[in-house]
Amino acid sequence: MTQYEAVIGIECHVELKTATKMFCGCPNEFGGEPNTKVCPVCLGMPGALPVPNAKAIEYMIRAGLAFGAEIPAFSKFDRKNYFYPDMPKDYQISQYDMPLTLGGVVKYWLEDGTMKACRLTRIHLEEDTGKSTHAGSGDGRIAGSSYSLVDFNRAGVPLMECVSEPEIYSAPDAVAYLGALRSTLLQLGVSDVKMEEGSLRCDANVSIRPAGTTELGTKTEIKNMNSFRSVQRAIESEIERQTQLLESGGRIVQETRGWDEAHAVTHSMRSKEQAHDYRYFPDPDLVPLEPARDAVDRVKAALPEVPWQRFERFTGAYGLNPKQATQLIENSALAEYFDRVVSASKNPQQSTNFVLGDLSRLANESGVAVARSRVSPEHVAELIGLVESNAINSKIAKALLDRMWDGAGSPKTLVEKESLAQTSDPAAIEKFVDDAIAANANVVAEYRAGKTNVAGFLVGAIMKASRGKADPALVKDLLHKKLG
Amino acid sequence: MENGIIERNAADIARDVNAGKLSAAEVIEATLGQVDAVDSRVGAYLTVVHDLARERAAAVDARVRAGERLPLAGVPIAVKDNMCLTGTRTTCASKILERWTAPYTATAVARMLEAGCVPVGKTNLDEFAMGSSCENSALGVTRNPYDLSRVPGGSSGGSAAAVAAREAAIGLGSDTGGSIREPGAFCNLVGFKPTYGRVSRYGLIAFASSLDQIGPLTRTVEDAALAYDAMGGYDPMDATSIDRPLEPTAQALRADLHGLRVGIVREFGTKELGADLDAAYVRAYHDLEALGAQLVEVSLPTADYGLATYYLIAPAECSSNLSRFDGVRYGLRVEGDDVQSMYEKTRAAGFGPEVKRRILIGTHALSTGYYDAYYVRAQKARTLIARDFEKAFAGCDLIACPAASSAAFSFNAKSDPYSMYMMDYYTIPMSLAGLPALSVPCGWVTPPGGVEPMPLGLQLCAPLFAESLLLGAAHAFERATMHAQKHAPLTARTRA
Amino acid sequence: MSSDKIDVRYVAKLARIALTDDEVDRFGAQLGDLLAHVNALAELDTNAVPATAQVVESRNVERADSVRPCLDREVVLAQAPQRQGGFFRVPRIIAE
Repeated sequence: MTQYEAVIGIECHVELKTATKMFCGCPNEFGGEPNTKVCPVCLGMPGALPVPNAKAIEYMIRAGLAFGAEIPAFSKFDRKNYFYPDMPKDYQISQYDMPLTLGGVVKYWLEDGTMKACRLTRIHLEEDTGKSTHAGSGDGRIAGSSYSLVDFNRAGVPLMECVSEPEIYSAPDAVAYLGALRSTLLQLGVSDVKMEEGSLRCDANVSIRPAGTTELGTKTEIKNMNSFRSVQRAIESEIERQTQLLESGGRIVQETRGWDEAHAVTHSMRSKEQAHDYRYFPDPDLVPLEPARDAVDRVKAALPEVPWQRFERFTGAYGLNPKQATQLIENSALAEYFDRVVSASKNPQQSTNFVLGDLSRLANESGVAVARSRVSPEHVAELIGLVESNAINSKIAKALLDRMWDGAGSPKTLVEKESLAQTSDPAAIEKFVDDAIAANANVVAEYRAGKTNVAGFLVGAIMKASRGKADPALVKDLLHKKLG
Repeated sequence: MENGIIERNAADIARDVNAGKLSAAEVIEATLGQVDAVDSRVGAYLTVVHDLARERAAAVDARVRAGERLPLAGVPIAVKDNMCLTGTRTTCASKILERWTAPYTATAVARMLEAGCVPVGKTNLDEFAMGSSCENSALGVTRNPYDLSRVPGGSSGGSAAAVAAREAAIGLGSDTGGSIREPGAFCNLVGFKPTYGRVSRYGLIAFASSLDQIGPLTRTVEDAALAYDAMGGYDPMDATSIDRPLEPTAQALRADLHGLRVGIVREFGTKELGADLDAAYVRAYHDLEALGAQLVEVSLPTADYGLATYYLIAPAECSSNLSRFDGVRYGLRVEGDDVQSMYEKTRAAGFGPEVKRRILIGTHALSTGYYDAYYVRAQKARTLIARDFEKAFAGCDLIACPAASSAAFSFNAKSDPYSMYMMDYYTIPMSLAGLPALSVPCGWVTPPGGVEPMPLGLQLCAPLFAESLLLGAAHAFERATMHAQKHAPLTARTRA
Repeated sequence: MSSDKIDVRYVAKLARIALTDDEVDRFGAQLGDLLAHVNALAELDTNAVPATAQVVESRNVERADSVRPCLDREVVLAQAPQRQGGFFRVPRIIAE
């Protein structure tokens, strides 16, 4: 039987996190009372004109450069003409053939650390539509509704569309791609990228072909995926559907299919793909964009380290495993905190243990992010230093960290002030050991009778007597000698 | 006093109001009186804003009393009804906007009011500014004050008729392919279209965005200069407005044309316009020469393609610009079973035949399979036409030619669309090239079958941004020829 | 250059204008005439000519990302052909 491989391309719509909309000064905020964030421009009133938001253009350039895209010397806005009630002008200002960024690559990695790459075709800038609520049917769906209600608060919000090449070959890879795209945009500060609020929306183009061949099969476009999980499930389901169809001698029809989360299937939205005639033409209300080279260079110079670069550094130079690296990178502030701990402690592994271990636990318990806590990265490094030099043991380190979380400050100072330093003085330890042997004659007898596991009880008694300060390794050593 | 007031030019009114010899309130009362007396016959206005006018006049008087000197203090203006004015019905002479009230004011209008103007009302036009006679208005008939059986021209016919009938001192018009210059010529006025981008389009309801430009219709060149100085200049609300300093043109008016080369266009012969018009234009060219200009022949070889170019670009842009009239947010709605049928019924009932024709041809020109052959080719032709002007201006300072193909014609005289389009044959090339151009009265002819002599306009055109030169030269021509001194007979009768 | 034919029904559908059969015929004839005129452009050699979208050269006109006042919702909705609460109301939307 023929083996098939899937070929997937992803189109993402990402709302930019500017203060105002793309072409007017209305606030760009999620939610709010309907039709309160509108003006003549974003309502498409007669005579109103668009003026582009400089910040949105800068964000586009920043995103493009972060993915290694080309910023062409010339770019322009075009009108995409089609009627829809939530589109105020009944055309969308978009970019057709000369987008602000061309090409680029999204690098992403899998759970096992494998690094992959998917090229971007382009990223272009456009305006978002308003929102329609379908009413009169009871279930909020468009089918069967008897009327719709329109809110234009979202109309005109800057939207960047990232179009990938069809270079993704599995559903998990698609999710990993999205994850990397999302974390990069978050890192760049250009979007909230929240799927639940619609600031990240994606469609997938899916086709299959016999494994080993290069010609692309007929694709379907999958819409209505509202989470990473639904992206994975929808793509898997669609690959399965197409495979079964071909195996049973059927033909794939190019169409748009909606993902039905409840029934875990895709269903046809437009049975016959009607060729849209969008009549794109350059928007005569707007003038071309020619991003100044020095401004582009400045944006480039100010780019932060992006997640895939960080992943390579963490797994490479720092030697973290992919899971640890991913956990850190998913939270950019935590990753930066971690970097400061490492740079002060020079001990990546211990830094990972503290940051992903006790500090993350404390953060979870208190609801305060590690990076915003009262524990400075430098103090964590101090703590690591104390453990490394055997000045304190891990148990004390943990107790100290709890107190540092509550604002106790420098662990070094605490250790000095409260003489918590571990005792390595053989004379002092010998006294604790002798006392313990003397006080537990029956246990000592058991040990000598061959029940050597009771030594643990004696160690515990010694540690308790030393209030935890005795160096456990020295204690064990001496105890074994004395018990002979 | 009253009858005297309505005859006065904007410059005189502003001077006397600023000097305290005349109040804006007196001026507006006289003007509203004239509107009452004549507008039932002329039909210039779709809406007269009595209350707002009196309110604004009082505000101007208060500002003057407080010591302010306003360049257009107390000057009554007629605003073409495709420009927004807060709280005022703004219709574009279309059923689709018949009941729409603008919630904001167009920049050009706001600047005129700031300069001291007092709005009289909103004037009739060809629906969405598409036409050359005002006959395409869905909301009213406007007549030429010089002969009520004839059209005032268009599309800014209402503003032209209002100024000609002394129902305002300045009319605001918009010009896409000749819509200020042609009615200016038909109504014995100065009709001035500035360089594209000189006057903000914010609040001007778009017909064809890359061509539309606001400008004044006035009885003197000086008034046109004052109006332009007041409303021109960069506007951050219009991305196509030009951020470039504006030199005051009112100070550049000249008495003669010495040292200027005026280009006469080889391809724009006037013989085919008939003996009367030919004679009038030949005499106008001689008048230019008599003022000291050196006449030179220039060539605009692709100008003949202007009409074809224009009738692809303008409808293409309009087909998209007018999509927003969909019955969802404002304006007319005709209910339907679903949203698509609501759109189709609303737009079928809301737009008149000329608007529909242009939307259809524009949609066609942009549609798959035709875009390159029509729209892109027209844009390339536009480049060639602009280059022709550049070459021509290498050999001259100004170009002179007719402003329209005839004097004002009778109602229903142009029954097929193309013959109406031909009226703008001489004005469209300048629009495509974005150049500043104006029409200035240059003589009178009695059209075949007509009784009253009707005015003619000479079109002058200058290089981009050379408004000072253009207005300066027109002023010299106007002063020397005095064609504008003849009044509309309607006004004479009213005065008697 | 393209032919003088124009598919008036298709174009009217795209433009969302309902036409009567009579209008289809009349507009078809008028627009066919107009296209015959504009086809004269085919005579121009435009191969090496750039297209002009805006006649006055201007670039990078942008605005700062600062908030401006919005319209009052009552002003906005007062003009609505049909409203419901704070929303614009439209007839049912049928997927194309």
